[in-house]
Amino acid sequence: MHSKAKRLLSLLLGPVLLLTAHASAWADLADRSTVNMSPGVTLLGKDIYDLHMLVIWISVGIGIVVFALMFYSLIAHRKSLGHQAEHWHEHLGAELAWTIIPFFILAFMAWPAIKTLLKVYDTDEPEMNVVVTGYQWKWKYEYLGQTPADSVSFFSNLATPRAEIEGKQPKSEFYLLEVDEPIHIPVHTKVRFLITGNDVIHSWWVPELAVKKDAIPGIVNEAWTKAEKVGIYRGQCAELCGKDHGFMPIVVVVEEKADYDKWLSGKKAEARKLRELMAQSFSKEEMIAKGEKVYTNTCMACHGAKGEGGVGKPIAGSKVATGAIEEHLNVVVNGRPGTAMQAFGGILNELDIAAVVTYQRNAFGNNMGDSLQAVDVAKFKSKK
Amino acid sequence: MAHGPAKGLSRWLFATNHKDIGSMYLWFSFAMFILGGAFAMVIRAELFKPGLQLVQPEFFNQMTTMHGLVMVFGAIMPSFVGLANWMIPLMIGAPDMALPRMNNFSFWLLPFAFCILASTLFMPGGAPNFGWTFYAPLSTTYAPPSVTFFIFAVHVMGASSIMGSINIIATVLNLRAPGMTLMKMPLFVWTWLITAFLLIAVMPVLAGAVTMMLMDIHFGTSFFSAAGGGDPVLFQHVFWFFGHPEVYIIILPAFGVVSEIIPTFSRKPLFGYSSMVYATASIAFLSFIVWAHHMYVVGMPVAGEMYFMIATMLIAVPTGVKVFNWVTTMFRGSITFETPMLFCIAFIVLFTTGGFSGLMLSLAPSDFQYHDSYFVVAHFHYVMVAGAVFSMSAAVYYWLPKWTGRMYSEAMGKTHFWISFIGFNLTFFPQHFVGLAGMPRRIPDYNLIFADWNMVSSIGAFIYGSSQILFLFNVIRTIVAGKPNAAAKTWDGATGLEWTVPSPAPFHTFSVPPQVK
Amino acid sequence: MSDIDKKGDRYIVAKLFLGAVGMFAFAMFLMPPFYNLLCSVLDINSPRLNTKAYVAEQVKIDTTRKVKVQFVTVNSASMPWEFHAGDTVLEVHPGESTRTTFHARNPTDHRMVAQAVPSIVPEQAVEHFHKTECFCFTQQTLEPGQEIDMPVVFIVDQALPADIRTITLGYTLFDVTDSAKTPAPAAKTDKKP
Repeated sequence: MHSKAKRLLSLLLGPVLLLTAHASAWADLADRSTVNMSPGVTLLGKDIYDLHMLVIWISVGIGIVVFALMFYSLIAHRKSLGHQAEHWHEHLGAELAWTIIPFFILAFMAWPAIKTLLKVYDTDEPEMNVVVTGYQWKWKYEYLGQTPADSVSFFSNLATPRAEIEGKQPKSEFYLLEVDEPIHIPVHTKVRFLITGNDVIHSWWVPELAVKKDAIPGIVNEAWTKAEKVGIYRGQCAELCGKDHGFMPIVVVVEEKADYDKWLSGKKAEARKLRELMAQSFSKEEMIAKGEKVYTNTCMACHGAKGEGGVGKPIAGSKVATGAIEEHLNVVVNGRPGTAMQAFGGILNELDIAAVVTYQRNAFGNNMGDSLQAVDVAKFKSKK
Repeated sequence: MAHGPAKGLSRWLFATNHKDIGSMYLWFSFAMFILGGAFAMVIRAELFKPGLQLVQPEFFNQMTTMHGLVMVFGAIMPSFVGLANWMIPLMIGAPDMALPRMNNFSFWLLPFAFCILASTLFMPGGAPNFGWTFYAPLSTTYAPPSVTFFIFAVHVMGASSIMGSINIIATVLNLRAPGMTLMKMPLFVWTWLITAFLLIAVMPVLAGAVTMMLMDIHFGTSFFSAAGGGDPVLFQHVFWFFGHPEVYIIILPAFGVVSEIIPTFSRKPLFGYSSMVYATASIAFLSFIVWAHHMYVVGMPVAGEMYFMIATMLIAVPTGVKVFNWVTTMFRGSITFETPMLFCIAFIVLFTTGGFSGLMLSLAPSDFQYHDSYFVVAHFHYVMVAGAVFSMSAAVYYWLPKWTGRMYSEAMGKTHFWISFIGFNLTFFPQHFVGLAGMPRRIPDYNLIFADWNMVSSIGAFIYGSSQILFLFNVIRTIVAGKPNAAAKTWDGATGLEWTVPSPAPFHTFSVPPQVK
Repeated sequence: MSDIDKKGDRYIVAKLFLGAVGMFAFAMFLMPPFYNLLCSVLDINSPRLNTKAYVAEQVKIDTTRKVKVQFVTVNSASMPWEFHAGDTVLEVHPGESTRTTFHARNPTDHRMVAQAVPSIVPEQAVEHFHKTECFCFTQQTLEPGQEIDMPVVFIVDQALPADIRTITLGYTLFDVTDSAKTPAPAAKTDKKP
């Protein structure tokens, strides 16, 4: 259906939809119910949803009885109709009845609630564990391996461009619900999340996975999920945690076991590489010496022996080489699209890139004094 | 005792007359209502559509915090204290409050406290931005410097509330007219008596919580900091041990008001008076043993969750008794629909709706999805606004002729009611939807799937907000130009001692105690 | 108003005022220790229980089952130390005393003091997991560049419910350099070059 029409319809029928809508998985946000809780993609989420609907229906039932009686009185027992007030003001039987009957109604609700609650707390026998740490204002995920060297960890930041937030660019479908690096979990697998906080209290909430738990500094909490459907599920921090509380979304990619394994081994290889590079630490002078060789081999043809420029722009005294080092690195790694400056991120290794950037900033009369290590380049690349 | 009020400013500065102090409380709380409402308008304007348009997130957080604090502690609580000051002596046949000088002091502390609180908006680092629930460590280690002033302001307003409560209890217990036994007291007096005990029990706990914060911030203790062997969760336990009874502190006097007004316009005595008293007492008792239902997702043991869930569900029983009693009071009455009655009928419908969403929230497993979403925001505005504020509007219309000796404009009153009713529901009903759909509370910006309902909600908020200007206009117009109405009994169905004194109520009433049969 | 009323007022005011003071004292001085008590009785997982070492009793080792113990390390805000577990997971028999180490390094150019705060899940395991030796019982001081291996010796007792097969022990490391009253002497044990 056309989305405008659909929105209009949901606005008009909101209250009705609340009671009838069966939200499908909101891997696609357009399919997500805008008026009711989602049963999500877990059996537990379905139980919670059923409990939610049960209580709504009981409430609607009680409401109809009570309000019907009230509106009957308001209509039939009006003074303008000449209705005379009666004077009774007690009835033991009625008062006892409406004290006692609610107990039974409550017990009727408490029973499925307790059953579901016990399931929420059943964290036993997880097939895998992920440590989730809340930071102001991002999430860190750590996949526990058999040894510390086997573990994988990364940060997950908001990926929505500032321009969309400020209205300088149209808002995309996953506005504020997109991250640079989502967490991946396999489908049909019981995953236990060990949730904690780094600074203040956050709360990790993914509605479709039926998980919400506070991330409290100094305390490790646990929660679990077992997604039954492949897809991308999105949530947000639920506990006020300061300025950017509204800007630290959660994106969970649920994928087939094989895809997940592939993703994880990729992450592990990346982590191994990072560790190796971490070990390759050189002094600034060493980096400059290395960088000079790289420059001669790779850059000189376009930028000139003295950085005076040619096909490429001059480097001596250039804005890039004497500006923020991050931007300098960006130009080298990603190139200048549409110009002769190509992206060297895939051509040179991390160490060479770090060396050449360091060299360019400290040669040809550029006297920035700063330097990069291979690991900085690796981190920069992995941030994209 | 025959002299009248002092002249000029000293009449108010040194006021000891319960009617003067009551009026000051009412005006002060209305001013705070407008201030807190202005903050709410900023919030709703920012949330009108996705994207950041008007304010930055830092300021947005200050607005949500200040809105909550000002509304709870500055608008709703003082408005009912003002009502108690005016009405309790008139209802129990007392000449004044038991402790008039303390009464004066407890009022004048409030403007002082709120000046301090409001001044934090202009301080470096801004006003408190950690939500009205001020969870540590966001409110301690990570708080703006103004948190110290916030703590001081909370202490002062707490002291004011405690003194006000002591005064009310002393008045009710010692100054009742001969023959006015406890079980003959109007229900408003009963609900306030119980509320006053609640206040004395829990305002010091709030003071304790903020004192521990103060010590953690400035004196190196570690009540709430895990690094030093404290626990941030302890803060939440202490806060909600205060916070949950606080909710009933706000709503019980509202129950009292509704229990006065419905019989009047049904021309039929209140049904089940004694069960109303017992239900109020049970609610007050239960309020002390359910606090952790605000904390289902902090990682409590499952046994704790179950206990708090069951205990919370039990609150539905006495609350239900009250609703059934009100409805039965109307049944076979002779009903008319003056403005106060309209507000009370809306109160029953909307408060019950808030009660249903409260029941839903009490169920721990579902709460894992509701918690800290807009569903919670919708729930507590249904009980706070449609509960407390609607009943307060009803109370003002109901007793305004007694206070001023003039009749308000019924047409304007009814217009105010209908605009409020529509505006309120437009504002808060859609918040159930966005909450269930996954929108967290206290966020300044949101995804497009929440956009439609947020726009509806903002439009509703502007309507509801502007309806209060009509209310203010109606009240002022009544005072200066209302139709004089000198009859002691404004409403033909009204009962109670307050309707035996002339209108406007003279400066001194019941200097000779009336005899109650 | 008669004198009797006034006297009655005074009496009531005094009682109510005392009640308020009592509630303040309750919140300030009773609720925190009472919360500790509740935590230990109800096995609530709270940093407030990080107090003292367990004195091991003579216990028989239950070799019929094994329990997985996972170790998780978290750095709190502004804590620059490298901090990780020597083992991420160990399998132990209930009753068996097991030793593991956690590694920390201070990469900064100044002396720092740290406090580790333990946390155990699931909650049913809290009362059955005992630490006879732990670096979290004291503050740790490291000189610039210094590294340390910090020991933990623990026992999972035999009363651990059979359905608990995995226990997670998390440590959050906090920087307490500023608030450490008497900076402990730099750790001497297990110093690496």
